[in-house]
Amino acid sequence: MQLTNRSKVVVKKEMSFVEKLYLPAIFSGLSITIKHLFKKKATLRYPEVTREFAPVYRGMHVLKRDEQGRENCTACGLCAVACPAEAITMDAAERQKGEEYLYREEKYAAKYEINMLRCIYCGLCEEACPKDAIYLTDRIVPSEYSRGKFVFGKDVLVENIDERIDISKRKKSYKID
Amino acid sequence: MAKVTIDGKTIEVPDGTSILQAARMIGPDVAPPTMCYHSKLKTSGGYCRTCLVEVTKGSDKDPRPMPKLVASCRTNVMDGMEVGNLTSPKVVEARKGVVEFLLLNHPLDCPICDQAGECHLQDLGYDHGSAKTRTDFERRTFEKISLGDKIQLHMTRCILCYRCVKVADQITDNRVHGVLNRGDHSEISTYIEKVIDNDFSGNMIDVCPVGALTDKTFRFKSRVWFTKPVCANRNCDKCSGKVHLWYKGEEVLRVTGRKDQWGEVEEFICNTCRYDKKKTSDWEIEGPAEVNRHSVISANHYQVLKKGSEFKLNDIKPLPITEGEGS
Repeated sequence: MQLTNRSKVVVKKEMSFVEKLYLPAIFSGLSITIKHLFKKKATLRYPEVTREFAPVYRGMHVLKRDEQGRENCTACGLCAVACPAEAITMDAAERQKGEEYLYREEKYAAKYEINMLRCIYCGLCEEACPKDAIYLTDRIVPSEYSRGKFVFGKDVLVENIDERIDISKRKKSYKID
Repeated sequence: MAKVTIDGKTIEVPDGTSILQAARMIGPDVAPPTMCYHSKLKTSGGYCRTCLVEVTKGSDKDPRPMPKLVASCRTNVMDGMEVGNLTSPKVVEARKGVVEFLLLNHPLDCPICDQAGECHLQDLGYDHGSAKTRTDFERRTFEKISLGDKIQLHMTRCILCYRCVKVADQITDNRVHGVLNRGDHSEISTYIEKVIDNDFSGNMIDVCPVGALTDKTFRFKSRVWFTKPVCANRNCDKCSGKVHLWYKGEEVLRVTGRKDQWGEVEEFICNTCRYDKKKTSDWEIEGPAEVNRHSVISANHYQVLKKGSEFKLNDIKPLPITEGEGS
């Protein structure tokens, strides 16, 4: 039974003299190869050159700080309950006196872990977050040699005060007040 | 006996039943929401106005409608009474207003609040409120007040339902807290921050419909939807010993009284059961507590579904068709 129209019927006929020379076939093949040398390259020299990401690209997460450098996350657990892959776990703690410059609200995440191997980068955590704390960025999760290192804690996820991560492209355009 | 019709559903109830109780007998579809009424506490109800209903026909003898919306928890049924709850646009509109008023001073700190997930005001606002507030004024704020080492009072979250005051009056022998001042200035207080400490004081936490009174031993330990409620009991000489244990993994994070389908505590438990017995070995486990499928507490908890062999084709029932929709 014929499944597609692309099948070729093989005919075992005697080759002509020109075909027996092989050279025309070799040259026509070579010409294709040479033509490709002058075409625009499909690849980039990563990591020196990086491809531009779409604004909706969902890569590695970041836990944001506010303008004063305080952590936004209050460990409300909405990201974890929204997460379809159950990749997020957290422990909350109460802010002590004198820590007001570290955490924005009276509760904060003492431990916040995302298992990057479980994560499916769907962005539901970002959608669920009521505090503008978690965002998916255009950064790529670095490769590692062991599985344990893919459980990212706060040391990796929280952005540095000095090097902020720009999420203005992903920031919600709507606002509910 | 009196015959009463609520949202088109008729039921016969004994005389002296309130409209709210009659509606609850019919079922959760027609029962008005409540914040301050608590079936186990006498004289509760009548403060929050969330259970307002419209009485379109007073009774068979006097069929005139009641001129204003009435609080269903405080109004008794009459024979032949006709009540509109969700079918009455007036009630739906009024309830929206009530929720807006309740949220005038209630902070939107649900991400921090330990009550989130089992908060009646959250459910109420979700079901009946609007997404925006129209007030221009600042919410009133209070300092956190510690009522002993077990109970935390967040006065900012209080909606003045008086449930905790009724608990102290009716369950415990010595009430030391109450509502001070009047009107907008009302607040729950022990006056000179006197420590509330008696055997049944912990029930104040259970009856609080919002996060104003929370368990200090559970404070910020976990969100309620990460914990798993389990029915358990123990031999207690002070109370019935019937509780819910809230597990996270192997650990009992907190112990609460069992709540019925309306979110009201069935039997009050003593402080020994609540605070001092947090080991599985202290309890006789009955099994997992029933959680409403729509509650966030049941999120990510996988229940055993019916096996294919036990499933019969007749089990599938068509959804009821509601009239007047889609046209």
